[in-house]
Amino acid sequence: MAEAIATRAAYGRCLACISDKYPDLVVMDADLSKSTMTADFKKVAPERFINAGIAENNMICMAGGLAASGKVVFVSTFAMFAAGRSYEQILNTLASSGLNVKVAATHAGLTVGEDGMSHQMVTDIALMRSIPDLRVMVPADGVETEAMVEEAIRTPGPVYIRLGRSKVPGLFEAGTEFEPGKIRTLREGSNVTLAACGIMVDLALQAADMLAQEGIYARVLNVSTIKPLDKETVLEAAHQTGAIVTCEEHSVLGGLGGAVAETVAESWPVPVLRVGIEDQFGQSGKPEELLELYGLTAHHIAEKAIKAISLKRA
Amino acid sequence: MSQLEMGRQQWTGPAGQFPLADIARQLRRDVINMVWAAKSGHPGGSLSSTDILTYLFYHEMNLDPQQPDWPDRDRFVLSKGHAAPILYAALARRGYFDPEELSTLRQQGSRLQGHPHYGSLPGIEMSTGSLGQGGSTAVGMALAGKLDKKDYRIFNLWGDGELEEGIVWESVMAAAHYKLDNLTGFVDWNGLQIDGPITQVMNPEPIDAKFRAFGWHVELADGHDFESIGRAIANAKETKGRPTLILCRTVKGKGVSFMENEAGWHGSAPNDAQRLQALADLADPGTSGEPAAQKEVNR
Repeated sequence: MAEAIATRAAYGRCLACISDKYPDLVVMDADLSKSTMTADFKKVAPERFINAGIAENNMICMAGGLAASGKVVFVSTFAMFAAGRSYEQILNTLASSGLNVKVAATHAGLTVGEDGMSHQMVTDIALMRSIPDLRVMVPADGVETEAMVEEAIRTPGPVYIRLGRSKVPGLFEAGTEFEPGKIRTLREGSNVTLAACGIMVDLALQAADMLAQEGIYARVLNVSTIKPLDKETVLEAAHQTGAIVTCEEHSVLGGLGGAVAETVAESWPVPVLRVGIEDQFGQSGKPEELLELYGLTAHHIAEKAIKAISLKRA
Repeated sequence: MSQLEMGRQQWTGPAGQFPLADIARQLRRDVINMVWAAKSGHPGGSLSSTDILTYLFYHEMNLDPQQPDWPDRDRFVLSKGHAAPILYAALARRGYFDPEELSTLRQQGSRLQGHPHYGSLPGIEMSTGSLGQGGSTAVGMALAGKLDKKDYRIFNLWGDGELEEGIVWESVMAAAHYKLDNLTGFVDWNGLQIDGPITQVMNPEPIDAKFRAFGWHVELADGHDFESIGRAIANAKETKGRPTLILCRTVKGKGVSFMENEAGWHGSAPNDAQRLQALADLADPGTSGEPAAQKEVNR
């Protein structure tokens, strides 16, 4: 059985594991290292850990200066302050110069829970996706997180990696090989496609089980690289299943739903329905309560799938 | 398309014995010609910082124009990226690229972007222009130098109006916290920003006291006197355990009679007559300032 672990925890553990393997690796944090889990790296390589204090914009730009001096830099803070507060630093200093900085943003989405809307970042995929030359990745579990960290190191240039606070079920066995940038098809199906990322991948699989009991066979895609998007696999799904439901712990505006809808609309139009946060702010609550309240459930995904099928043109 | 002829005069080779005053006049003429040809750009703050860049690139910094990526080089970051014309002129005349290319400033397809872009042109250490960010990247470079136990130095130039950006103080705090004595910051204290005197728009003064309070060593210098700049840099190098700020008193538009101390010349280009007047003001002793610079050739 694959391990259930928060992606942030897998991230910190992975950084600590590979600290010796990559001597140019530098990790930065903005006073949240015990939450983002970069403290794991600090423990084993304190000389290559730099705390920027509560000053995210400066941290992003300092990382750029380190990268321009030959370092591979991971910077971590909560997604709200990385993608939100530091949007323009990521755009103007990191991405426009192609600097080798990996922004690993944790506590993305509603499952931050009790901290509420000020800390629940549900527009980061949309923001980061709009920046040229920035890769945007959302791992679905701990094993995929570890693979992405190493992939990010091996591929020069800026990356945004979206990580979560809460524990997620393990989907992949340790040692699973991932093809960089490629969408992984987790379940075959021909009636509808469920394209999911992050914590929603597991819920999409549950939704597929529910649909199967009604004789509806859903294909489930793990879209962990949102940019550049594996358009080929998306269009193949559009062509072969004729309807798509996107599932993300993010606003329905501009994120995975936006990326899939744009791709499909331009080349092979089929109904695309989006499961996500409906253009509204989050609030305090237990993560599982909030997911229910905002409709991020397997049940809701299954309902949307049935609706998407009904919208197919005869 | 007509292109301005810039001339090919360069000062390459080891620094130390270049005629700094002559070079500064040439760089100022370049700025005028570039901005005139582009019909836009920022002459005021380029002219106020010309002597600082002249001193750094032609006297102080350990660099090799033939190997712009040499890992042990000193680095210069132009945090006030809108002064790109003077940076481009300084790089070209130092031997990083052909000065003839200076006339392409701000044109579509040019490597001389409106604000410096990292990777477009040799010698540009960082993309800057969004104020405050360059200074933070300079702090990152200084951290890297410390991590790698290298003895190269990092120089950063802020504008005085730029100090109104909050991120500047984040970076100033970090540089002192990490005891970055390999970092020297300059402020081009010309006292003017786009909307008027800095003390009226949003007063960042007292600048020296603020940096001292953040833990920096502060030197005051006349930003148009090479000896004064040189003494301040020497003191910065002697200062251990903390970064140094060299607060340079300067004149916006320095060297061009009608531009000096005029906020209006922050970001506007001279017309044909104004250009000729400026070149006359900046002429080498015994010349009219008009020669090659006035000639246009069709390409």
